[in-house]
Amino acid sequence: MYARLSTWWTILSISLQERFVYRGDFALGTLMRFLPIVTQIFLWSAVFSAVQQKRIVGYSYEDFVAYYLLTMISRAFSSMPGLASQIGYQIRSGDIKKYLTQPVDMIGFFLLGRIAHKLAYYTVATAPFALVFFLCRGFFPGWPDATTLAAFIASLVLSFLLGFFLEACMGLVGFWFLEVSSLLFVYMLLSFFLSGHMFPLDMLPPTARQIVLLLPLHYLAYFPAAVFLGKVQGMDLVWGLSLQVAWTIFFALLSRVLFKLGLKRYGGYGG
Amino acid sequence: MNERALPAHLTPERMPNYWQVFVTFARNSLVRDMTFRANFIIESLSTITWTLMDLGFYLLIFQFTQSIGPGWGKYEFFAFLATTKFVNAIVQAFFMPNCEEISELIRTGGLDFALLKPIDTQFLVSLRKIDWSALSHALVGAILVIVSLWHLTTRDTEPLLWWQVASALPLYVFYVACGSAILYSLMIGLAATSIWLGQNRSLYDFWFYITNFSRYPMEIYDGAWGLPLRYVCLYVVPVLVVVNVPARILAQPLYPEPSVGVPLALFAIVATAGCLVISRLVFQRALRSYRSASS
Repeated sequence: MYARLSTWWTILSISLQERFVYRGDFALGTLMRFLPIVTQIFLWSAVFSAVQQKRIVGYSYEDFVAYYLLTMISRAFSSMPGLASQIGYQIRSGDIKKYLTQPVDMIGFFLLGRIAHKLAYYTVATAPFALVFFLCRGFFPGWPDATTLAAFIASLVLSFLLGFFLEACMGLVGFWFLEVSSLLFVYMLLSFFLSGHMFPLDMLPPTARQIVLLLPLHYLAYFPAAVFLGKVQGMDLVWGLSLQVAWTIFFALLSRVLFKLGLKRYGGYGG
Repeated sequence: MNERALPAHLTPERMPNYWQVFVTFARNSLVRDMTFRANFIIESLSTITWTLMDLGFYLLIFQFTQSIGPGWGKYEFFAFLATTKFVNAIVQAFFMPNCEEISELIRTGGLDFALLKPIDTQFLVSLRKIDWSALSHALVGAILVIVSLWHLTTRDTEPLLWWQVASALPLYVFYVACGSAILYSLMIGLAATSIWLGQNRSLYDFWFYITNFSRYPMEIYDGAWGLPLRYVCLYVVPVLVVVNVPARILAQPLYPEPSVGVPLALFAIVATAGCLVISRLVFQRALRSYRSASS
């Protein structure tokens, strides 16, 4: 047990050091990433001044802006840049052999790497995030109550895990397809639209909305933001979080199964 | 490969025929694109799908509102969107693949070979490669603009007249070209700075963030924060001119009153010329600081 923990700790600290090399780039990149929201703010302000209404699908103008800002937090947890293509590449190139010969679990290794990545990211990104949210504090209705806040944090942590296992599964399909980039493209496309990154999913027609809210993708951006804004409450909140746990477990198990099955197919030749 | 055989000291009658060189580049790129045909089709499809998603988003918005900013109703806005697509098609087909490579040419010293060729260096590094699949943007744009114009000319209240559309068309084409030239100038200017910086990895990012502002009608930038932003994006870095001017000419020729539209259109010509000249100066200035990487 101790040996395993110390292995994990070593992996984590190596990844952390790796990530801190580019901290300047990180901080600047984070700040830049808020720029598209500036156009969203003006877009929605134009829409609201055209409709002469206080609310659209239950969202005020401030809610819309707050929503987009909050999805930045969701995405900071759930996005796994390059994970699937990294796994796909290792399968194709044969690098994956090292996990088969070493006493290290591949998925666990990647998970720790990503945790390190995220920890490093938050350390550097907190300042730009805090700055932007402070400047935009007028768009927020104020701090939500403790239950909502707890649910928000829980959904963020889960969205990290869900994002990780979802992308890992995508990459593991590489055992069968070898080239996963076109599959990734479809995934990226769907997730951009269906995760709520582009707009609050409440804008969808009722039936479409109900279906989309059953899919795992909306947990990557929409759900945590909607929870924070108090759009999901009571039984809906309990149900939403349970479904998120279920999806996370599903994809965690699926990644195991894919890895096991994939290894049976896998052939590694040469050094 | 003929141009390589030309002597270094050129007499005027031996100046390279730029058009022919360009056609050769275009043909070479087409041959390469057609060699990997499946890839070509996938890339074209991906462009189209992204556009459809964009369209889906705006369709959703127009479920709830009549307009985005004064004068930009659903189909005016879709004509605007189509204009964005045309500009994207030109920039991404002709300039993007080349400007992306400039920093690489500088890092590896490959720019030496470009400098040795008896042809204008900026022309050579700007147009060497053409990404034909990016022209699928134009296909989507064409469909979108036709549908929008159909609706605008057949609607009940204040329909656009066909002669208005027809007479606006040459101007539209001209201003789409101007817009593309402005974006090209920004891009080559940014790419040239990598001669000083050594590398310019964030070119693409920066590009995305700048053009992001050009994607909406300028009327949405309003209020205490919006107006200064609008003026900066019009007069300092004229990205708002790029799509706004041609789209306005086509979709709402009479709105707002010509006293606003005409000066803006005239300014667009000045802005285009200014951008081209400045970017040319920056490029040449940067070239003078170029030190080959290999020797």
